[in-house]
Amino acid sequence: MARIAGVDIPRDKRVVISLTYIYGIGKPTSQKILAATGIDENKRVKDLDEAELTRLREYIDRNYVVEGDLRREVNMNIKRLIEIGCYRGIRHRRNLPTRGQRTRTNARTRRGARKTVAGKKKAPRK
Amino acid sequence: MSRSLKKGPFVSPKLLKRIEEMNRKGERKVIKTWSRASTIFPQFVGHTIAVHDGRRHVPVYISENMVGHKLGEFAPTRFFRGHVKSEKSSKTGRR
Repeated sequence: MARIAGVDIPRDKRVVISLTYIYGIGKPTSQKILAATGIDENKRVKDLDEAELTRLREYIDRNYVVEGDLRREVNMNIKRLIEIGCYRGIRHRRNLPTRGQRTRTNARTRRGARKTVAGKKKAPRK
Repeated sequence: MSRSLKKGPFVSPKLLKRIEEMNRKGERKVIKTWSRASTIFPQFVGHTIAVHDGRRHVPVYISENMVGHKLGEFAPTRFFRGHVKSEKSSKTGRR
């Protein structure tokens, strides 16, 4: 069992990849962490010794905001936008894209699955 | 792309002057402005600024965590009133 930053237990994979299972750590961050702690990227997690794991844990703890704390931070930022009633906050409130994307079509990630509206005109024939 | 740091944040000089004047006198009056692009400075906190939305001036009370945003962000320019009824159900068309 390799437990880093809370509940994440990625094993059997290379460390670079395993670390990305932690919320807030992607591949570039993962590579930086490993370079800083001097651990070989290609080593499997199960082959790491205790000292290396401790080093990773401490390094991440000290330098990065991950998992719950990061999620909380993101949510606080969104809440702030909603509370001050600015444009981005309003978009968040209505679950629409906040960065000026078109909403005539697409924007499905934010808007969720299509809801068919009754009475919409079909393509005009002839 | 974000604005060059060298220039500093933009604020309409006229608006800033009026706010500073009011701060000096300790007044609290609603200021009308068309300058939606102005950044909200810490000096603005506590004032009410009426920001133009293209039709009228929307009063915006500036609170502390609005600092750093632009005035325009608080006065939306579009009002969505629901979709247009199709011709079949009503002949009203667009507003």
